[in-house]
Amino acid sequence: MLVAGKACLILALAVCLYGIGASLYGARTRRREWVASGRRAVYALAGTAAVAFVALEAAFLRSDFSFALVTSHSSTTTPAFYRATAVWSSQEGSLLLWLLLLSLWSSLILFVTRRRLREIAPYATAVLLGLGAFFAAMLVFLESPFDRTVGPLPAEGAGLNPLLRHPSMMIHPPMLYSGYTLFAVPFAFAVGALVARRLNADWIRSTRPFTLGAWFFLGAGIVLGARWSYSELGWGGYWAWDPVENASLMPWLTGTAFLHSVMIQEKRGMLKTWNVSLVLATGVLAVLGTFLVRSGILDSIHAFGASTLGVPFLVLIVAMISGSIWLVSSRAAELRSDHRLDSLLSREAVFLLNNLVLVLLCVAIWWGTFFPLIAEAVTGRRASIGPPWFDRFTVPLTLVLVLLSGIGPLIAWRRATAANLRRNFSRPLAAALAALAIALVAGAGSQPDALIMFVLAGFVLGAVGQELVRGTRARRVMAREPVPLALVSLVRRNRRRYGGYLVHAGMAVLFVGIAASSSFADERDVELVPGQAARVGGYEIEYVRPTADLVAASNGRLERIDFGAEVRVTGDGRSRTLVTERSFFPSAGPMLGPVSRFFEGEATSEVGLDAGLRRDVWVSVAPDTRRLEPRVEEGDEVFAAAEDDLAPAERDALLAEALRGLVRSYADDPPPATFRLLVSPMVTWIWVGALIVFLGGLIALWPSPRAVSRRVTAAYAARVGREARAPV
Amino acid sequence: MAMDPARKRTVRLVAALSAAVVLAAALVYTSFSASSEARSPSQLLSQAEPGKTYQLTGRVVAGYERNGTVTNFRVRDRTGEVSVPVRYEGVLPDPFRAGREVIVDVRKKGGVFVGEKDSLVTKCPSKFTAET
Repeated sequence: MLVAGKACLILALAVCLYGIGASLYGARTRRREWVASGRRAVYALAGTAAVAFVALEAAFLRSDFSFALVTSHSSTTTPAFYRATAVWSSQEGSLLLWLLLLSLWSSLILFVTRRRLREIAPYATAVLLGLGAFFAAMLVFLESPFDRTVGPLPAEGAGLNPLLRHPSMMIHPPMLYSGYTLFAVPFAFAVGALVARRLNADWIRSTRPFTLGAWFFLGAGIVLGARWSYSELGWGGYWAWDPVENASLMPWLTGTAFLHSVMIQEKRGMLKTWNVSLVLATGVLAVLGTFLVRSGILDSIHAFGASTLGVPFLVLIVAMISGSIWLVSSRAAELRSDHRLDSLLSREAVFLLNNLVLVLLCVAIWWGTFFPLIAEAVTGRRASIGPPWFDRFTVPLTLVLVLLSGIGPLIAWRRATAANLRRNFSRPLAAALAALAIALVAGAGSQPDALIMFVLAGFVLGAVGQELVRGTRARRVMAREPVPLALVSLVRRNRRRYGGYLVHAGMAVLFVGIAASSSFADERDVELVPGQAARVGGYEIEYVRPTADLVAASNGRLERIDFGAEVRVTGDGRSRTLVTERSFFPSAGPMLGPVSRFFEGEATSEVGLDAGLRRDVWVSVAPDTRRLEPRVEEGDEVFAAAEDDLAPAERDALLAEALRGLVRSYADDPPPATFRLLVSPMVTWIWVGALIVFLGGLIALWPSPRAVSRRVTAAYAARVGREARAPV
Repeated sequence: MAMDPARKRTVRLVAALSAAVVLAAALVYTSFSASSEARSPSQLLSQAEPGKTYQLTGRVVAGYERNGTVTNFRVRDRTGEVSVPVRYEGVLPDPFRAGREVIVDVRKKGGVFVGEKDSLVTKCPSKFTAET
């Protein structure tokens, strides 16, 4: 299997190199058979990458420790579900996943456009295969996932990092990588359009579902990451301006900007330079995102990677940037706008402003993310900046953005008149005032940023609601449909528009959740013994009793020790019990004793959460294991002395007995435990808002029946045309 | 009176460029003034302005003392014996032990360095993955 996998990767690299040559040769000489051959090289790349990925996945599932990668990232005690996901917890596995996803998306777009964009597609194929070749070369020469384990076959592997044992980690990385690789598609077609000098909106229209898909997947990945942080990391937050979070946010921001500004190009033929620049920047940022996660150049809890990838990635990024700049500047004449901006009071101007704000956000986040490197280059000393610095820039910019997301759908194209403004803005403004009143009554007046956000969210929801009501009403009158049917057919017939509006509404809801939970949370760290209680945010939280457990995996091997607490939360006129735990996973360090390794490895938090629309009560515990230290040391010594006399099975049984005794002693005589207690309002709104956003995204993504029929008609017309011209 | 389009474009370009310059200056200025420099205990001992945040890196000295949620410990140079006192309030990360390498954002207050909330991080000696 190792050899077969390796052969697949070498084949993948060869296929990429061949396909680049075939596409470029076909484009130069206008020989279609070579272009088609280049396209088939992409399909072949998808095939070889898939075989390699399946081989690796199979090795993880059956715990084949002859694979060095399986030994270092999985174990028989890792549950099967997480063995499957452990593939992409490794550097090599995630690069392979990147290559696989890239080749799948590339195959899809090239298949869909096989009879269109004939001048552009060969160059786009070459760009996509160029990216594929880069990743294939890394997998072949630098980070092979198919290396053999050195020395004798180990009986057990190191296991999956326990922090990654969470359901959302199953889908978070593939989502992010889908987003990154999908952004490669519009990037490649933009390059193709620039090279071929075909700069109308055709390539934008053909790649739009991919751009939207990239935006969708990247966004979903970001939210899943936030959710994971909230429920697994034990600090109570969902966003920390960590370099890897920022890395995924930056292309998402420029991608969002692009999705808006292309509408101006389609409608008015303006902003062509801006659009290609945005999409090229997004492509570069997507690769940069992968680079940040995988190179470990910035300290981050996520940056698991080694640094061997730094130089090749830098070369790739520099090549992408300089190529982009050269292409855009040498095509300046073809990128000239067909129209000029008529008025600053127009939808175009609002879109332009929204683009500026999104790009500014991206620039500020970029600066903050790379600040440690910048500071070291300038002052020679490493320095870092924390979340408050990011907030200083992102909070005001986000407020402006939310405001614009309400104005955009209301204002007229070209030039808004006073009548247009009066007609469209009065009701949303009333909604904003209502939101202000509600927020003030609820006591939000003390936090101006949050208060402004609530008002703006009211405005956006009012605007979206008004547009939906108006459209439905018009449809009901025109088509004589009952209200629910009228609403459905309204949305169905204008998927992009109303999907987009729903996204705006969802973002408003999401930001209400962020504003409320970041401004009005009550948090306390307290030390409690069983029976003792603490008050936080109007709730009384009592440490009822300790929990302690030695957990064995399904194959009987010891997996972890859980120390936790049962707490009772009283407030709101009711009382409920929550359980929070800290799980201690054994370290694989060779110098550690058999008992102490359980307390020197990674630990994860299982948060006790009582979620609600109004507020979340969130509890995590940090058990104090110091009282166990003498017994742990004693256990290590006993086992070290008896090491040679015991058979492995005997030794395992005794170890389990010793650990069980340790666990029991914690439960019987619990030391004081430190709790983090958090009462945070409206966190749930973040997840609900995100769901609304993704629903809107899905609606916008879904191909409209008219587009399908248009495509069929166009194909039919083309055939008729061909046949009419054919000699009879 | 309407401006001629060429002039209007120049005005817009100048306005956009100056806005960009202002933003860039704001980014540079605020980031450098808000940043916390990485320091070792001996560097911190020889020079530390009160009120400014530093990122302290070093090893935990044996014999730290915990009082409720407040922990008082000393951090010494990675190689060497010079150490500084640190007071940290809040939950300790799990592998917090004597001899373990830690990073913590601190501010000088009187004779001690007070840790910022949630800033204490331990560097694990044995990474879970084999590659370290």
